[in-house]
Amino acid sequence: MLQLNQIEKVFYEGTPDERKALQGVDLTLNEGDFVTVIGSNGAGKSTLLNIIAGVLFPDFGAVSIDNREVTFIPEQKRSKFIGRVFQDPMAGTAPNMTIEENLGLALGRTKKRSVLRGVNARKREEFQELLSSIDIGLEDRLNTKVGLLSGGERQALSLLMATFTKPRILLLDEHTAALDPARQELITNITKELVRKHQLTTLMVTHQMDQAIELGNRLFMMDEGQIIFDANAEQKANLTVEDLINEFQNIRGKKFDNDRAVLSS
Amino acid sequence: MVEALYGALESGLIYALMALGVYLTFRVLDFPDLTVDGSFVTGGAVSAIMIVNGSDPFLATVLGGVAGFLAGCITGLLHTKGNINPLLSGILMMTGLYSVNLRIMGQANIPLLNESTVFSVIGSWWTNVNADEILLKPFTALGIDHYAPDGFLVIISMLIIVILIKLLTDWMLQTEAGLALRATGDNIRMVRSLSANTNRYIVMGLGLSNGLVGLSGALIVQYNGFSDVNLGVGMIVVGLASVIIGEGLFGTKKIARTTLAVILGAIAYRIIIALALRVDFVDASDMKLITSVIVIGALVLPHWWKQTKENNRRKSKRKRLNENLGANEHASAKSD
Repeated sequence: MLQLNQIEKVFYEGTPDERKALQGVDLTLNEGDFVTVIGSNGAGKSTLLNIIAGVLFPDFGAVSIDNREVTFIPEQKRSKFIGRVFQDPMAGTAPNMTIEENLGLALGRTKKRSVLRGVNARKREEFQELLSSIDIGLEDRLNTKVGLLSGGERQALSLLMATFTKPRILLLDEHTAALDPARQELITNITKELVRKHQLTTLMVTHQMDQAIELGNRLFMMDEGQIIFDANAEQKANLTVEDLINEFQNIRGKKFDNDRAVLSS
Repeated sequence: MVEALYGALESGLIYALMALGVYLTFRVLDFPDLTVDGSFVTGGAVSAIMIVNGSDPFLATVLGGVAGFLAGCITGLLHTKGNINPLLSGILMMTGLYSVNLRIMGQANIPLLNESTVFSVIGSWWTNVNADEILLKPFTALGIDHYAPDGFLVIISMLIIVILIKLLTDWMLQTEAGLALRATGDNIRMVRSLSANTNRYIVMGLGLSNGLVGLSGALIVQYNGFSDVNLGVGMIVVGLASVIIGEGLFGTKKIARTTLAVILGAIAYRIIIALALRVDFVDASDMKLITSVIVIGALVLPHWWKQTKENNRRKSKRKRLNENLGANEHASAKSD
């Protein structure tokens, strides 16, 4: 359902700072795939997500979703059917608006925004139910401004906002990286639950190998703008962190170099 | 004195529309829009030239607002499509509009005395139904009739217009589109990731804001009885003063509360100016300086106040703990 064909992206082309971010990336995601993506800094993970989301346009190659080419459709149009959660917990919510207003805003993603009330009694009830489902006490704080929530709470809300309209694709960009271990686990669990509930096709970038192994049914390893390893569900079930590091060395003939990767936990 | 206060109330209500416009850009969109200095006059110029040419004053007033709306949209396009910094887009529009306003008016000043304005049209109906007499009754009954205004016409008609527009603004900011507009000023990246065209919201927001500013200009011109090309100088600061004073005095808890605060702020600002003018050595030409000082004060003082409080708290705590420490040392020295 998501298809990338020979995607190339070069930054600062023709200057001394030239950086090849993506080099001929091909990938196909099937309906309901939950793919985790690992790789060192500069491997092209974020560029990949940005190209799928429409924040960046590729130099060459095509992106299609549900057999429809969307390569040059801008982000604000594409996000109708793409949900996204960023690494920064502050990025996914509007701090000076209330929880229910933020949810109302997310609800508006699927259609043209009208001059009807953004939050009415019926929607409020629906929001309350949604918030109860993630069970962190936000359902009683519908009128709290989001800026007063903790980072973990804001990230949980961002996750809910990105998923409850059932987007065709969910993109998670290291969305647990800025949180403490306890909150990381919480957000990881909520992610698992929401993806399962809405059966979302998901692409999740992470720096934590154990998380990448634990979650999802497929795993990509990226390096120097290419997907160098694609583990299917069967392979992934038996993978260990060590296997991954060995695999990298076999393919690349060099050591897995990433000071941010958490090798064990 | 009483008369001056009623005068302040009247013009405050008219300027409140402009202040609401400034609130929309400055606070809601987080876009410091200087177009206001120009679009205020554009609204006034369009209505004045239409009125002296015999148009219906109500139509002239509405088209004054439309002219402001268009000016605001152009500022928005300069910023979104032209990638020009917000402040600079406003300054460029403000400067350009000065010439446009002169072109519209054909001369630097248009007198509207003896022309049929919104207020004179409502006024003739007003006298027919003896509205002033009816409204004066409660004052007479309480024996305070010499505290009553000379006429209620402007106060009542503007009160109705301002309340109407306030309610419309409150409603607009709560709609689905309104939520997206507010979020655009709050977290623009997020709005894009939620499938909203932020450029469109910025352009529309600036248009609506300057529409209100133009409407305010059209009404002020008819209230003053003349239109002048320099009417808008420093208008953005007056708008900011109203927003900041209003928010400081009356709070910002909810949208409806904030828009009310902005309206009351505009009136409070006019009252402050009216009172300042009664001080002997203050001239009318000092008003711009006074306005700037008010805004500077409203921005700086709360910050100073907070810092001084924190410093004092720390000082007294240090002193207390030092004294305790000293007493303990003293005690231990004795026991040695």
